[in-house]
Amino acid sequence: MATSERRQAWRSRLYRWDTKGSPYVYIAPFFLVFAAFGLFPLLYTGWLSLHEVSLYNVNQSTWVGFKNFTDLFSGAPSHFFWNALGNTVTLGVLSTVPQLLMALGLAHLLNYKMRGSAFFRTALLAPYATSVAAATLVFALIFSPEGGMANWVLGLFGAAPVHWEAGRWTSQIAISVIVTWRWTGYNALIYLAAMQAVPGDLYEAAALDGASRWKQFLHVTIPALRPTILFTVVISTIGATQLFGEPFLFGGQSGHQGGAANQYETLGVLMYDQGFRNSMLGRASAIAWIMFGLLVLLGAANALIARRLRRSQ
Amino acid sequence: MRTSSAPRVARPGRAVVSSAVALSAAVALLATGCSSSGSTASGNPSAANAKITLTVGDFGDFGYKEAGLFAAYMAAHPNITIKEDTTTAEADYWTALQTHLSAGGLDDIQALEVGRISLATSDALSGAFEDLSKAPGVNKDDYLPWKWAQATTASGKTIGLGTDVGPMAVCYRQDLFKAAGLPSDPAAVSALWAGDWSKFVQVGQQFQAKAPKGTYFMDSATGLFNGVVSSSTKQYYSGGKLDYKNSASVKQAWTLAMQADAAGESQGLKEFDPPWQAAFAKSTFATTICPSWQQANIQKFSGDANTGKWNVAQAPAAGNWGGSFLAVPSSGTHKQAAEDLVAWLTAPAQQAKVFQAVGNIPSNMRAYDLPGVTDFKNPFIGPNAPTGQIFSTAAKLIQPAEIGPHAGDLQNDFSNGILLVEQNHKSATEAWNTTVQQIDSSIQ
Repeated sequence: MATSERRQAWRSRLYRWDTKGSPYVYIAPFFLVFAAFGLFPLLYTGWLSLHEVSLYNVNQSTWVGFKNFTDLFSGAPSHFFWNALGNTVTLGVLSTVPQLLMALGLAHLLNYKMRGSAFFRTALLAPYATSVAAATLVFALIFSPEGGMANWVLGLFGAAPVHWEAGRWTSQIAISVIVTWRWTGYNALIYLAAMQAVPGDLYEAAALDGASRWKQFLHVTIPALRPTILFTVVISTIGATQLFGEPFLFGGQSGHQGGAANQYETLGVLMYDQGFRNSMLGRASAIAWIMFGLLVLLGAANALIARRLRRSQ
Repeated sequence: MRTSSAPRVARPGRAVVSSAVALSAAVALLATGCSSSGSTASGNPSAANAKITLTVGDFGDFGYKEAGLFAAYMAAHPNITIKEDTTTAEADYWTALQTHLSAGGLDDIQALEVGRISLATSDALSGAFEDLSKAPGVNKDDYLPWKWAQATTASGKTIGLGTDVGPMAVCYRQDLFKAAGLPSDPAAVSALWAGDWSKFVQVGQQFQAKAPKGTYFMDSATGLFNGVVSSSTKQYYSGGKLDYKNSASVKQAWTLAMQADAAGESQGLKEFDPPWQAAFAKSTFATTICPSWQQANIQKFSGDANTGKWNVAQAPAAGNWGGSFLAVPSSGTHKQAAEDLVAWLTAPAQQAKVFQAVGNIPSNMRAYDLPGVTDFKNPFIGPNAPTGQIFSTAAKLIQPAEIGPHAGDLQNDFSNGILLVEQNHKSATEAWNTTVQQIDSSIQ
């Protein structure tokens, strides 16, 4: 009697531990991995950003306080920092806005009943599956000043050939085209998934009221998609802030500094250039932290907007 | 082996891809603090018969495989396996090497490019490498004195043995020279600009006056700039300090590059990039500054259709552009075996074989006396030009110059500064100011 009671009590205690404890055990691997590969590098980078330290001798560092940050804001490299920040913003706008608009349009078209829709949906993902290096190499050829396809098309309209890589805006447009090409399909699929969750009777009711497809898109689809659109805006903005591969590879020999005149140097490229070409890990870490801060700000702004949206509904 | 900013034989696709790979590898290393050793073999290194694997890290084309040297060495030493660990672009190689210096994972032998040698011999880094001056079979007097001095620290420790040097010549298109009414024989062409780079720019004006339509005298003014600076004894540094603003050669190089650009002599191409490579086949320019390693690029990009159209003449002044060293990191497990291999690879007979295989000019003077070096002729470039003689003469005439830890970076920054004028249409003053700004911000 006593033993069975004790066993009962033990069992119920085990059960309580199990229900309370096991969720933590299940999620522990993620947080352990995050601590090792996410949190530790973040903190270590923060520590490095307060030191003058060379890539080849990380063990020998000199404490410099916030000098790396003040240098970036107003010291010798400040010109390049502000230039890179500006480029990151303009490149971000140039690539995110057309990309999301096109994705929305494509998703809307794919949402109709049509033949071979599965094929088109898969095809949308092909650019996303292509590696940055491969895509950029192809586009570098297209925008080549010597016999590139872009200049050939311009020539058909009688325009003079453009030296795409050398100009500030032409180079940024060329890079935006690469980014847009790669990510439009990805976003379109996200929109498409959200669109399919919109109840069909809403469209039927709108059609009965005599709303055209364009009107349906504006007044049914868009409002229903608002949270999804916000999500893609956030994801694309984060991607744009960290933009690195496309400008780096597009520039060939001068890609590490975003073109001879730094005309398309983003924060990511500047960080690489300072850390790995100039061997200044401290300053590169400072840039990493500034980028991190920017993203936190963007995240906070997004949370605010999302809350407003929810209230207004 | 070559300039710090450019692959010896530029392979754009692989260079770009490999830089991406090297980058992600470097990031991964940083993130994990990985410290796996490059050498996997274990056992007592002094035991002659123990099986060991030596890893050799290099970049571009050192030519050891092409010349069959590794195979020969392994055949003579059955207990040794050699693994070559090659990166196409030197900039990527150096980035990875720096990371390995901190995080571990160095090869048993690491190549160092001349633009990095000054940093490697500085107090901060020289402790990471072995002294090779006393390695068996190494004789200081065999090497070009300035080359030996470059790899020697202030306290007299020699951390690298010279593989090749980059004596400069000028490669030119004899058909375009003829068309523009200039002489086309190597001796006569050398005489046109002998002793003075400004004469080279003047010849360019003569060329441009009667040149076939759509052709330029030079590929890019950056080549001219590097040529002028590289052939001076005072370059970017003076007395251990960065002093390029007071350097006569930098001033002269900049002025001449601007003159050449203003006179329309330069096609304004970015050296080693795809449009530059394509221009060789299109025959749009008549000269390119030609360190010995450049011959391979010319042949590769010009294509068979241009066989015999290129020729080679002496540069206005002897100078060095490129060249490498082999060093043995102190962290290695088979240091003695690695030193033996380095000494063997840089010995005259082996350097001569590399020269014949890929055209790298030996840094070991005794190699110049071997058959097939000084009397070498390039079947593609000026089949009858005394190519071997032109390069080995230039190599012996090179005067020692202070290089400084960031010479490679400065060369890169100035090349970009000239591109600002040639491609981005900035004024000379604006480009100079931007270049100074770039240098100020990139060197701590």
